[in-house]
Amino acid sequence: MSDIDERAVRAEVRAWLEAHWDPQRDLVAWRGMLADSGWGVPHWPRAWFGRDLPVALCGAIEAEFEAVGAVGVARIGIRMLAAATLLEHGTDAHKARFLRRILTGEDTWCQLFSEPGSGSDLAGATTRADFDGAQWTVNGQKLWTTSAHHAEWGLLLARTDWDVPKHQGLSYFVIDMTQPGVTVQPVKQMNGYASFNQVFFDDARVPPENLVGAVGAGWQVAMTTLAHERRNADALRRWGEASTRAGRIYDEERAEIANVMAPYTWYPQRTGRVDLALKRARETGRLADPALRQELARLLMLSRSSEWLAQRARTAREAGRPEGPEGSLGKLAASHVARQAAAVHTAISGADAMLAGADGPLDGLIAEILLSVPATSIAGGTDEIQLNIIAERVLGLPREPRLDGGPFRDVPRNPER
Amino acid sequence: MHYSFTSEQAQFRDVIRRFLGAQSPTVAVRQTMGSARGWEPALWQRLNDDLGLAGIHVPEALGGSGFGHQELGIACEELGRALACVPYLSSAVLATQALRHGATPDEQAALLPRLASGRATATLAWMEGPHWSGCEDIALGARRDGDTWRLDGCKRYVVDGITADHVVVVARDDGRDDDASIGLYLVDGEASGLRRRALASIDETRRLAELDFDGVTAQRLGHPGSGAAALARTLDDAAVALAHELAGAAQALLEASVEYARLRMQFGRPIGSFQAIKHKCANLLLELELAKAAVYFAAAAREAGDADSAALASQAKAQASEAALACAREAIQIHGGIGFTWDQDTHLWFKRATCAAVLLGDAAWHRERFLALTEVAA
Repeated sequence: MSDIDERAVRAEVRAWLEAHWDPQRDLVAWRGMLADSGWGVPHWPRAWFGRDLPVALCGAIEAEFEAVGAVGVARIGIRMLAAATLLEHGTDAHKARFLRRILTGEDTWCQLFSEPGSGSDLAGATTRADFDGAQWTVNGQKLWTTSAHHAEWGLLLARTDWDVPKHQGLSYFVIDMTQPGVTVQPVKQMNGYASFNQVFFDDARVPPENLVGAVGAGWQVAMTTLAHERRNADALRRWGEASTRAGRIYDEERAEIANVMAPYTWYPQRTGRVDLALKRARETGRLADPALRQELARLLMLSRSSEWLAQRARTAREAGRPEGPEGSLGKLAASHVARQAAAVHTAISGADAMLAGADGPLDGLIAEILLSVPATSIAGGTDEIQLNIIAERVLGLPREPRLDGGPFRDVPRNPER
Repeated sequence: MHYSFTSEQAQFRDVIRRFLGAQSPTVAVRQTMGSARGWEPALWQRLNDDLGLAGIHVPEALGGSGFGHQELGIACEELGRALACVPYLSSAVLATQALRHGATPDEQAALLPRLASGRATATLAWMEGPHWSGCEDIALGARRDGDTWRLDGCKRYVVDGITADHVVVVARDDGRDDDASIGLYLVDGEASGLRRRALASIDETRRLAELDFDGVTAQRLGHPGSGAAALARTLDDAAVALAHELAGAAQALLEASVEYARLRMQFGRPIGSFQAIKHKCANLLLELELAKAAVYFAAAAREAGDADSAALASQAKAQASEAALACAREAIQIHGGIGFTWDQDTHLWFKRATCAAVLLGDAAWHRERFLALTEVAA
């Protein structure tokens, strides 16, 4: 595989694009051609819409797409997590049924893992799936589900056995989100946005063929999904920007991206917007304050060294080396950066830091920063969980004694809502 | 720019670490720090004969190995990790870099080969009062006396100032107050009129001295007017080197803490299984890794001669100082009562961190300088 010549691959994809790419095509039809030719996801298996090419060559192929402005397969949102999970754990029937419509963008997916009673302790899920010999019946509640309101399919982690230890009693399903037993409600956040949903299941149905992996093996399957989540976060930044070109297919793609990206408009603010700090300190005349200068310097140093730490993780990943502790360290560093940035923005703004909307600094942007930053140290794994991971897996400190080892039925848990 | 290490650099680090592990265990450190001299000539000679450490960054033509700031950094990091008592910072970093930046080629050829081989040691004397804002703080005067110069005044906090064979002194032409009047002068350690007094330092593994100059004969180095710039570059080099040393010390402290937390049993379980302790350790690792990123990046920037390498030097020193202080503070805390005893080794690194965090400017000083430099660049 390693001796595949990049130039030959580039020539091949260029020729294929020359023969087929047309910005006046219908988006779904074009993506169908991509799926069938294998050029949409060339690193996937040849049997399933790919070309068995090494991931290292994808960059070159993408460059050829960019050179002619060709639109790629649908990539943003949860769909690629679903695809990766099904490629690894799904049956051929799953792959045949779902993968192509993931790539064309016809189906939107969501992830149904977190619950009101199980956040950091994901394996404590109490949403239940019961099998009556013909089909599964699902009851319970999920939380923090992005895109659930326009998803066709959900990746569901549900408890199927209450008499075994908690990690062994979970199963993984693909559930139809459009059925009557599924109710989706938006959750309004402290910053005013509603980027996530809560999902209620009242006797929702799942046919037996929609089980992914074995009954009781849901935790392992979910781990695959989560392992792809960080990479998906990278992809969100990369693929979440719409082309500005003119043409029917671009219009369709822009609409799709706007729809998928809508929940994320405040995401830049939750990082603390370090990029604004020095400029605003200067513009407001606050740069002369020695106390502020110390805090601003702390912020800029922290932000820069976090970036270098992340660079090291990327370099390791690209070189095929294990990522090492940098992933969890980077996540933790981001929390520190965001908090320090919020403190600096507050100090720069003075009493104006109390004001929101049009009365607030930068037309409310500073207020949005202050009210979005608290998400950083929670979303995607709380700081406390990251600290545990670092302490146990990197430093080799002993695990905390656990009280949840027996049958799940007997494990103390939150009261049902 | 990148700051990953080549396999040769990793190997170099490994060799030094093994060497110091065998030659400078803490028993030896304790013995040396109690001695009159404060550093061990036999260890110093082996470091230089076997590993060529003092000349690692000195050009081959001047008797060194011709490597760069990253190799110098690796050496400093490992010396800090082992807390080796040798005049490395004073002679191989401060004096050597001052000569590299401030002396003419002939002057360098006359002195550097002996410093690079470790046959002679030197130091740099620049501080006079407890705070440093720049060359304006220099009062020690130099006056011409026929073919030579004579120095009058006092320098303090001179690293290894008692034992150095040569002292590079930063002085000012009498009666002038501009930066162009700042020059570097070479003084023999045994010169008449030079009175050297040891200062009692918290960190017994690195000695400080006060030097009194009473009409001491000196050789002026370099070209007139170049002293201030040479000093500035030297202090930045030294800040990056010392930041490496602090990172090495912090690493040693963190490893000792983690090891102790794994073994120490209380309430029927290792204390390292309590989140109060494990989160402390994980937070220290984060702070240390962030500091290391800055430190390694700063060395790479100095090697590349990047425009922002002065700001990076300050960032590295600020972050490494704070990381080392945090590791030192928490190492004692994690060790509990035993950590406060003389027999336990933690205090050796605590004292090194406490002093090295202040030497060459503390974290707040470097943050201010970093911001001032960044502000101009932005």
